[in-house]
Amino acid sequence: MIGYAGADLAIALINVLLLGLLFVVGVAIARMRSLFAIVMLSGIYSLISATWFVALDAVDVAFTEAAVGAGISTALLLGAMLLTARTAKPETRAMRIVPILVVIATGAMLVYATIDLPAFGDPDSPANTYVGTDYLERTPEEIAVPNIVTAVLASYRGFDTLGETGVVFTAALAVILLLGFGERSLAATFNRKKDKN
Amino acid sequence: MIETAAVAIVIAIALTLIRALLGPTLYDRVLAVNSLGTKVVIFIGFLGFVLGRPDWLDIAVLYALINFVSTIAILKFFRYRSFQVPLHRRPVPKVTAGQGGDDV
Repeated sequence: MIGYAGADLAIALINVLLLGLLFVVGVAIARMRSLFAIVMLSGIYSLISATWFVALDAVDVAFTEAAVGAGISTALLLGAMLLTARTAKPETRAMRIVPILVVIATGAMLVYATIDLPAFGDPDSPANTYVGTDYLERTPEEIAVPNIVTAVLASYRGFDTLGETGVVFTAALAVILLLGFGERSLAATFNRKKDKN
Repeated sequence: MIETAAVAIVIAIALTLIRALLGPTLYDRVLAVNSLGTKVVIFIGFLGFVLGRPDWLDIAVLYALINFVSTIAILKFFRYRSFQVPLHRRPVPKVTAGQGGDDV
């Protein structure tokens, strides 16, 4: 539902600009040495990519990215920063070259994979030919929820979503146990101060 | 007109990003993240208007809430060096707090 004629061009422009910003943030994260700045920049990365997801009309994905990426994971990374060492090992040549090779290889594979993707809005694409149309037809009468993604997630695949929620809950519990919120992290802080003095 | 507004918002995002990249002290970076979150809120409201979906304003308000809470969480972390310190015995750090920089 495009309201104005100029909207298409504006969206294209926004996509390019936001991806450029993401690139700048990514390079900065790779180059920086200060852990706190890196944590803040990863929060910024999440916010900008959430913006980009909104521009691509994936509002739910964007919201997850903003809540998890910019909110929870920033807090968790700060907690992890408290527990980690303050010194870094000296860089070797392999440490500089291997990551860029891995990134280039992964990027090349992803670009290669996009060649097989169906065109945007293609009526013959797998998403539009098999069960997708069935869900579209039956959701209004069977579930009566306006958002079909919600109907699929919470009703048609309700057990699957329940299992996922259990997995995410267990993971969060494990992270909290590892980081030691509350009393234990307080003790760690005091011990660290004693070591300094 | 729409393009101008979109580019203006993205330029504002870029300016706060520059502050986050350069920002010598801790608080510059926290403030940069916070104001970048505000730009995101504006951007979602703008995009909802352009694409004719005013219900995105609700999402924008929710982003503002998340932004506020996470900024408070970060600042609380740097005040007390921990999350969830019990209220009745919060130690007040003598010298280390409020100095900025990267000495964490």
